[in-house]
Amino acid sequence: MNWITNYVRPRINSIFSRREVPENLWSKCDECGTMLFHRELRDNQNVCTNCGHHMAITPRERFAAMFDGSVFNEIDVPEPIHDPLQFRDQKKYPDRMKAAQKKTGERDAMLVAEGEIGALPIVAAAQDFSFMGGSMGMYVGNAIIAGAERAVATGKPFVLFSAAGGARMQEGILSLMQMPRTTVAVEMVKEAGLPYVVVLTHPTTGGVTASYAMLGDVHISEPNALIGFAGARVIEQTIREKLPEGFQRAEYLLDHGMLDRVTPRTEMREELITILRMLMNQPPAIKGNLPAPEAPEAAPVAEAAVTAPEAEPKP
Amino acid sequence: MHYLEFEKPLAEIEGKAEELRAMGVANEEMDVDKEARALDKKASELLRELYTDLTPWRKCLVARHPDRPHCKDYIEALFTEYTPLAGDRNFADDHAVMGGLARFNDEPVVVIGQEKGSDTKSRIERNFGMARPEGYRKAIRLMDLADRFNIPVITLVDTPGAYPGKGAEERGQSEAIARSTEKCLKIGVPLVSVVIGEGGSGGAVAFATANKLAMLEHSVYSVISPEGCASILWKDAEKMREAAEALRLTAQDLKELGVADRIIREPVGGAQRDREAAIEAVGKAIAGMLDPLRKKDRDALIKQRRDKFLKLGARGLAA
Ligand SMILES: [Zn+2]
Repeated sequence: MNWITNYVRPRINSIFSRREVPENLWSKCDECGTMLFHRELRDNQNVCTNCGHHMAITPRERFAAMFDGSVFNEIDVPEPIHDPLQFRDQKKYPDRMKAAQKKTGERDAMLVAEGEIGALPIVAAAQDFSFMGGSMGMYVGNAIIAGAERAVATGKPFVLFSAAGGARMQEGILSLMQMPRTTVAVEMVKEAGLPYVVVLTHPTTGGVTASYAMLGDVHISEPNALIGFAGARVIEQTIREKLPEGFQRAEYLLDHGMLDRVTPRTEMREELITILRMLMNQPPAIKGNLPAPEAPEAAPVAEAAVTAPEAEPKP
Repeated sequence: MHYLEFEKPLAEIEGKAEELRAMGVANEEMDVDKEARALDKKASELLRELYTDLTPWRKCLVARHPDRPHCKDYIEALFTEYTPLAGDRNFADDHAVMGGLARFNDEPVVVIGQEKGSDTKSRIERNFGMARPEGYRKAIRLMDLADRFNIPVITLVDTPGAYPGKGAEERGQSEAIARSTEKCLKIGVPLVSVVIGEGGSGGAVAFATANKLAMLEHSVYSVISPEGCASILWKDAEKMREAAEALRLTAQDLKELGVADRIIREPVGGAQRDREAAIEAVGKAIAGMLDPLRKKDRDALIKQRRDKFLKLGARGLAA
């Protein structure tokens, strides 16, 4: 039990005593079971304040927490042809799409935006696991291409947050073709001499890992994120043995040389600022992380650029 | 001859003809010839009938047919001076991937392909054509070699997919596939590819990201196996026929979607019925794709490849 349950809860209960307490005011941590007050959880970017477990976060919430002043401009993503294969399994693909759009309020599984972090302009793309498992289809491909083109046109670094079970089966071979397609996009950014940083979040598997998610200049992952090509169950069935503890988790991949760093979400923004400023040959960020003054003549601050989280405007 | 499930009626007729002929050899006074020939005719009619309009699932079975010519057969028949080059220089040599220098119509090329093996021993040695990271890294190394000496690359695709193993994951299966795809896109020499059997997901993309892609008439290329798709979307692996239908994985569908550039006709009854004819047709298709590319310079080759993939998906299938 933490202080929220002991202290805040009774108060909240009294406020809402005449009505039922809306369930969504509280979330239970999937990992430790602690009941977490929603605003607190949101302010901590959906990281459990009790055990540090990283829960899913939508691209919009992530961008709001990452960009200076929560200000970002969405980059327009060209709409692909709908249901190119007229795919139907037990449901029709357009029906699955509509349901996912209704659930998330988004057009598809990726959001692309530009804005500043620590006064450094960047382009960012974030995959939305809550939209059909974040699956990579034509739209996600278009989103990555749009982001890469914008980064190249404006000379900004490209930061991509991956989260997907893999390719979108309902688009068949066209989803598979997003592997080479997004690789072309990544190449454009690299050839322009701009950083391409991948932040792998839970889960990143299948064709997504085997294309743009593993082609970064720098690979950072959130703690305990599942990252791999094949599913653990398929592997166990194939090799007929149990997989070791922590297999395909971020820390395991770090040990096996596939990642540069494992960084908590709450420290990600500062870390991206630090890394990107160096890669972009910029002076260290100004402490306090306000938009840079016209002529930053002040002596560089010795310690790494950080912002006290309290100083950050919250959405 | 290995018969597929849907070929059972054919197996019966062909079996009868064979039996009859064997009887004829044993008893010289018996005249079986006429009857046997009638059976032959019936069999060949049935074969033609079975192979016109194969369902997508049946195409999957044909694409996986153990008697189909495999990578090794194509390399032996179509190339001269084949000089295998081994290893990824990091960890191992992956026997699921064949590759090396060779001559194609007397011109030097680098040929790379997945080999499934042809009997129990070789299948195990080749890991059923499922490459580990070392296989993709070997391919990357060979593509670099080709690029450095301005030699075209020919890839032959035939894999159920990348190997789902513990070590494969630990050594970066995803990264290896991603880098191989990236290498395909980067090299400044012609890259032509043929799906000769199964184009299994990312494991195939890593080889097939080519200037020109041909597919054998009954080959398939898919984001996931029909069985895998069925177990996820239908929650029933036995719905693979429906999944194969929905996935649009046939050479014909891929040609319409612009993923495949050409389809190579197979002999009646599939490549396994007349291996030489199938191999010869593949050779002709490779030459047909490669020759025009030889005239292009490095930048044009890279640009053509990139544009092809950037534009992919602009059209769907006609309703
Ligand atoms: Zn917790």
